[in-house]
Amino acid sequence: MTLLAVDNVTKRFGGLNALEGVTLSVNAGEVYGLIGPNGAGKTTLFNCMTGLYTVSAGAIRLQDTPIHNRKPHHIVGRGFARTFQNIRLFANMSTLENVMVGRHVRTRTGVLGAVLRDPRSRAEEGAIHDRSMELLDFVGLRNRSRTLASHLAYGDQRRLEIARALATEPKLLALDEPVAGMNPNERREMGELFIRLRESGITLLLIEHDVKLVMGVCDRVAVLDYGRKIAEGVPDEVRRDPAVVAAYLGGAA
Amino acid sequence: MRNVRDWASKHPTFAFAMLAVLLAVLPFVVGAGLGKGWVRVLDFALLYTMLALGLNIVVGYAGLLDLGYIAFYALGAYLFAWLGSPQFGLHLPFWVVLPLGALLAGSFGVLLGAPTLRLRGDYLAIVTLGFGEIIRIFMNNLDQPVNITNGPQGINLIDPISIGGFSLGDKHIVLGIPLFSPTLYYYLFLAFTLFTIFVALRLQDSRIGRAWAAIREDEIAAAAMGINTRNIKLLAFAMGATFGGLAGGLFAAFQGFISPESFNLMESIMILCMIVLGGMGNIPGVILGAVLLTVLPEALRYVGDWQRAALGRVVVDPNDLRMLLFGIAMVAMMLYRPAGLLPSRQRKREFRAEDGVAEQEQASLYDVQA
Repeated sequence: MTLLAVDNVTKRFGGLNALEGVTLSVNAGEVYGLIGPNGAGKTTLFNCMTGLYTVSAGAIRLQDTPIHNRKPHHIVGRGFARTFQNIRLFANMSTLENVMVGRHVRTRTGVLGAVLRDPRSRAEEGAIHDRSMELLDFVGLRNRSRTLASHLAYGDQRRLEIARALATEPKLLALDEPVAGMNPNERREMGELFIRLRESGITLLLIEHDVKLVMGVCDRVAVLDYGRKIAEGVPDEVRRDPAVVAAYLGGAA
Repeated sequence: MRNVRDWASKHPTFAFAMLAVLLAVLPFVVGAGLGKGWVRVLDFALLYTMLALGLNIVVGYAGLLDLGYIAFYALGAYLFAWLGSPQFGLHLPFWVVLPLGALLAGSFGVLLGAPTLRLRGDYLAIVTLGFGEIIRIFMNNLDQPVNITNGPQGINLIDPISIGGFSLGDKHIVLGIPLFSPTLYYYLFLAFTLFTIFVALRLQDSRIGRAWAAIREDEIAAAAMGINTRNIKLLAFAMGATFGGLAGGLFAAFQGFISPESFNLMESIMILCMIVLGGMGNIPGVILGAVLLTVLPEALRYVGDWQRAALGRVVVDPNDLRMLLFGIAMVAMMLYRPAGLLPSRQRKREFRAEDGVAEQEQASLYDVQA
């Protein structure tokens, strides 16, 4: 079953075509990898999908509902969350508070509830706290809940971003280079986290440079180069695809 | 300071009772010690505390720099004057007019906030500054073709607040204690200030407060985490403006006279300075800033008297001196305590982070947001 369908998406920045007619589809329950050389347009595609960029042409559908050119919070509300390549945590808030912000979209307390603290609002606030602690537990940060986000180790910041995104209850979670800059040990732990995420029923969309990791955890992979999709399929096929080899090693190879 | 805090946290009930007694007897002590005029200064300190707490929601919580905040104070004051003075011959009771004024100001908060949603920092400040001036200039000129605001002359003979026939504008003798009008207003303003503090505290520590903090920290990340940044920002404008409107109504009733003169840009800047001086985002800091910046300029008036006594004439006008000292204080503060006298923990960290290299990259990622 197709969860996310990207249909012929083009994104132009002035005269530059960052994406040119990209089409791909992510099935529910799979781990889908998006790879490509630097500047291929992977993050641009992410930004188009999550509402930070408008698309110049084409359509993006989440469970058959168009989500392109909608606002980010709307897309998150429909069950599509993301992390950022250059970590964007709320650096001066605690680890727990960061995750609690992620619960915003699934909760309702307004000004009146916040001021009066009626039983419903208090119950909701308690539930936000408990669920956030569960998620910190899930990513292995429970005992860092009171630490400032900016004081966390690099790998932990990546994990916290995932916990924060999970707090929005996504069906589809898009991770932009989640293991960039990590040591082998951290990469392995992160790979295990992806497996657990998939087991919990979340579909993963992964931008990654680490080919070994991608080949290890992804069910299917798409390769972007200069804003075009040049290959798609199971990792083993894609790895042998001459176009992919050329893109990575240069045209002469 | 730390000793006081430790002691107070060990004996909360006792500390609270002492604070309550202190606040209750303050107008009598001040009135007896410094003269009746100083009770009025106390009243204004409370009004400005309310204003500063309201602006703190916009600037301190949500991180939106608003330089036109006084406009909401003006709207609250003018609505009170329109519905409770000979201007239109209306004399509605205060418990109708005050909420209406707050509501009107809150609506204008949304109205003036809406066009500024895409702006940040300096640009936002300039536009809000313009809006603040627009309201004042309207009030200055709406005496024709139909006389609504009475123009630069302002509106006079505004009804004092009266609770069931007990007018706060008159002197009363209760249990043999003479209570003057400023003393009575002191208690009313104190009640409203406590209410404002209560609301501000509860908002800060809530789902809404977290959303504001998230927008202040990183608007793009906040949006990508499902926060409707437009609505949450408008809510901050509306909440701030509501308290401004409430304080405006109280001001009109207390003064009995308002004119556009009272709502100039300098007032907006003063309120912002109270927040910055005291400690943005931190309620005790904001209160301290508001009280200091209301009381100190009044104290400086004595400098004129001293000069006359010592030198026979006023060499330096206390008003000029006020601006000089004010400027020096601001510069000194920026050098030694850039996060304010009593900064919130989070704000302190933000300032420290900006010192170093850790400033988060604010990519210009947005092209869909409106």
